[in-house]
Amino acid sequence: MPKSDLLDPQGKAVAGALGRLGHSTITDVRIGKRFELTVEGEVTEQILADVATLADEIFSNQVIEDVTSIRVEEAQA
Amino acid sequence: MTAIPPTVENQAASAAAAEADTVANAIATPEREQPYAALGLTEGEYLKIREILGRRPTSGELAMYSVMWSEHCSYKSSKNYLRKFGKKVTPEMTKNLMVGMGENAGVVDIGQGWAVTFKVESHNSPSYVEPFQGAATGVGGIVRDIISMGARPVAVMDQLRFGDIDHPDTARVLHGVTGGISFYGNCLGLPNIGGETVFDPIYQGNPLVNALAVGVLRHEDLHLANASGVGNKVVLFGARTGADGIGGASILSSVAFEEDGPSKRPAVQVGDPFAEKVLIECCLEMYRDELVEGIQDLGAAGISCATSELAANGDGGMFVELSNTLLRNPNLTPEEILMSESQERMMAVVTPEKLDAFLAVAAKWDVETSVMGEVTDTGRLIINWHGEEIVNVDPSTVAVDGPVYDRPVAYPTWLDALRADRGEALPRATEGSELREQFLSIVASPNQADKSWITDQYDYYVLGNTALSFPDDGGMIRVDEETGLGIAIATDANGRFCQLDPRQGAKLALAEAYRNVAVTGAVPAAVTDCLNFGSPENPEVMWQFSEAVDGLSDACLELGIPVTGGNVSFYNQTGDTPIFPTPVVGVLGVIDNVADRTPSGWQDDGENLYLLGTTHEELSGSAWAGTVHSHLGGTPPEVDLPGEIVLGELLRAASAEGLVSAAHDLADGGLAQTLAEGVLRFGVGARIWLGDIIERDGVDTTTALFSESTGRVLVSVRREDDVRFRGLCEGRGYPVQRIGVTDASSNTLEVQDVFTVGLDELRTAHVDTLPKRFA
Amino acid sequence: MTHRIGVVTFPGSLDDRDAQRAIRIAGAEPVALWHADHDLQGVDAIVLPGGFSYGDYLRAGAIAARAPIMTEVISAANAGMPVLGICNGFQMLTEAHLLPGGLIRNEKGNFIRRDQGLIVESTDTAWSNAFTQGQEIVIPLKNGEGGFIASNEELDRLEGEGRVVFRYSGVNPNGSMRDIAGISNAAGNVVGLMPHPEHAVEPGFGPDTADAMRSGTDGLGFFASALTALLAV
Repeated sequence: MPKSDLLDPQGKAVAGALGRLGHSTITDVRIGKRFELTVEGEVTEQILADVATLADEIFSNQVIEDVTSIRVEEAQA
Repeated sequence: MTAIPPTVENQAASAAAAEADTVANAIATPEREQPYAALGLTEGEYLKIREILGRRPTSGELAMYSVMWSEHCSYKSSKNYLRKFGKKVTPEMTKNLMVGMGENAGVVDIGQGWAVTFKVESHNSPSYVEPFQGAATGVGGIVRDIISMGARPVAVMDQLRFGDIDHPDTARVLHGVTGGISFYGNCLGLPNIGGETVFDPIYQGNPLVNALAVGVLRHEDLHLANASGVGNKVVLFGARTGADGIGGASILSSVAFEEDGPSKRPAVQVGDPFAEKVLIECCLEMYRDELVEGIQDLGAAGISCATSELAANGDGGMFVELSNTLLRNPNLTPEEILMSESQERMMAVVTPEKLDAFLAVAAKWDVETSVMGEVTDTGRLIINWHGEEIVNVDPSTVAVDGPVYDRPVAYPTWLDALRADRGEALPRATEGSELREQFLSIVASPNQADKSWITDQYDYYVLGNTALSFPDDGGMIRVDEETGLGIAIATDANGRFCQLDPRQGAKLALAEAYRNVAVTGAVPAAVTDCLNFGSPENPEVMWQFSEAVDGLSDACLELGIPVTGGNVSFYNQTGDTPIFPTPVVGVLGVIDNVADRTPSGWQDDGENLYLLGTTHEELSGSAWAGTVHSHLGGTPPEVDLPGEIVLGELLRAASAEGLVSAAHDLADGGLAQTLAEGVLRFGVGARIWLGDIIERDGVDTTTALFSESTGRVLVSVRREDDVRFRGLCEGRGYPVQRIGVTDASSNTLEVQDVFTVGLDELRTAHVDTLPKRFA
Repeated sequence: MTHRIGVVTFPGSLDDRDAQRAIRIAGAEPVALWHADHDLQGVDAIVLPGGFSYGDYLRAGAIAARAPIMTEVISAANAGMPVLGICNGFQMLTEAHLLPGGLIRNEKGNFIRRDQGLIVESTDTAWSNAFTQGQEIVIPLKNGEGGFIASNEELDRLEGEGRVVFRYSGVNPNGSMRDIAGISNAAGNVVGLMPHPEHAVEPGFGPDTADAMRSGTDGLGFFASALTALLAV
């Protein structure tokens, strides 16, 4: 997600559009990114740690973005 | 007197209000310790503030003084030098100058009731920290300067310096910077019409990102940003104020990249080009309907700068209720609000009777507004926070009368040895095959290579008035669709020459930009500059700066074109190693009808190629020395400014009479580079003979191909215009020599008795350098 | 009589005044329309211009496609009025479901600006009848999200019904499926394309040609086509 202190132009534009379309209960929108990674076999602590590093160093730009969550899901059969 | 009560109710008044350091509190607690050093102020500066106020500053006042007295905002190390640009002028030079240095941007009368405003500015440090946003907001900032003069922005250009092309970090910076410029400029709808991209290890830890913007206006639309008219409202509009770049103006440009600034807030600013585009249209509608007295852009130092400059330039007083600021982060402290550099904001001065109409235009464009305060005649800038006074200063002491330093100057200890190591003494090739290899390695070298991998990401079509753009020598924009009146702009800087001799290097930059405007057929009219240097606290850097300003101001006087504004960027260094002095010089030219403009490459078969000017043995600091020998030493080429004037007049006459079908300046890489660019521009080959030049000028083949002597231009002339063209040159006594013919069928560049290169091989060498590394 | 062609300006529209200029050069009267109005001011045809409406922040053209004036644009289009969507306007037409498919980020990720060769595949539309079948034209292209995508069935239908109007020639600049640069609706009155015909209408400011720098005016044919279509009504 964009760091909370930073401007999120995308979220701002979408929030404005929602207001004009009459969805006045929504006061703010922030837009981030979602990555889905697939691994063979079990998701070990080691793999999670690697992914956390990847998330910090490659998927996100720590200057302007925060990694907000990493979670494991079973692949759909 | 608080005619402007706090109006924003949905913002948590929060602990911040209770804790705000009021003027009363400052009087009551004179001994309170204040973090002036962390804010970049010296002890002397802090004591000066106490003396001005007759008490300790409140923390809000300290925030304001610290950002406004930073090098970036106050020009405290350069002010004494910059005055030379204002002094070395003649009445003839300033007669078309509607606004000179000191305003947001200079304004030049170009005739037919039209005026042009243009300026180049640096955004170097932010572009190293976060290249994409740094470069993007650099474009945004300079464009707002143009809007604040009442002009419609019509084009942008960028002057970029990166580290070694093969250093792993260069790709990060280059992708970010070019991506940010492309994103912001394209989304803003401004054609990007030229610029420079240079690679050198000296910029590895300190890339340069300069951005130039140009705007046009009718004479009657000229606006100056000042707060005049007691009772007029002060309105902040545009984006909300957030925790963007807090302390950036002060910290980023005065203490290189310290992790622990005075604020834990991120120093990065995020740009929103859509918001800026809307702001442009909104401001232009406000100007058109005469709803504003003036508009000031918010850039470095944000509200601190806008309020103090508006007040200092107007009737001298202003009252502001700071808690009326619309916030993105509701928990910002008043000090942070004062220092915030959130982008896409403007501050307008509006008469009370026009306020409703003003607010209606803003609402039409979905632009948020907050009435912050009003103009007073108290001579004081008073800022309240929830009704309590937190700032009470004479605005001139903040915005105008900051500290000025005469810093120590020292001739660099290393310079004599560097200058003695002459490029002319380097070994030269004698065999054609070796010269061919050298030629191909130069046109493929990072600095001489084709930059279209970058420029293909920039829109130059938008607005429909672009008559020339990269890879032509200068960009050209039509101003008046009826008459064809237009402007040309070119920028140049050669850091290698400036390292060898900053005075001469600055003159060379000006001469080249002047020539690049002249080859398009335009008449050079005005100058803007962005002076990128190392730390002013280093006496050797200060000497370089002093020399460059002397060289540039002398050369402007000699060419008869005034500097209208610009920017100084100090502290460009990695550790103790300063960058090469890099004074980027932009020249604006005027052309009566853009239909007469001259392209940089020939398109037709059988035209004669003429070389204008004289070739001297000048290889020091050249692309040849750098690429073939990895060498930098000696003294840069001579500059003949009266000669450049004659050359410029000749080119303009040739353009107006339609006597040349193409004209291309000779600079880095010499004749060889110009020939390569000429044949590749439209894929039409040429046969060249160097013998006449070698004989007339008494030089060898290496010099004829690679010397970087100034005052030279390659032109192509249709056979039927040959006699008239020669007459034009002879009438002016300017050296001219036929050196070849264009040849559409050969598909080669043939330099007779030296080498022949097929256009496909040449194109591959010239074009592949950047994509190979970055695509 | 002079035909009146409207150009809708949205917040973030960039080539709106350029489209107006092109209409004027083609001999029609340009009419500025505003996104927030429910009023087409009686125009005979509509251009949705290029730009970055709302910053393209949600998806390119997505927010603009829901602007007030689009209600009237959609009704008029369904009633047969010639509508041309250029670049961002094309994106709006797909978001408004007046045209099928969608536009995604360019294959190579970067914004690209180039003089683009196009093959005219169909002359049976309100915006291409001035060309000849198979004619190659050169029109400036400049976009970041210009990759045309649709399902295979949709693509087959478009091809089968002759609704692929323009195809990229030489280089496919953005990874568009089947090199598609522009398409039309079934009736042929609504056309969307990524390249910018309004930037190839005036010698000196268009794409390069073999004759002279920036002399290309192939874009005029789009507007001439619309005028022909309007005369036929």
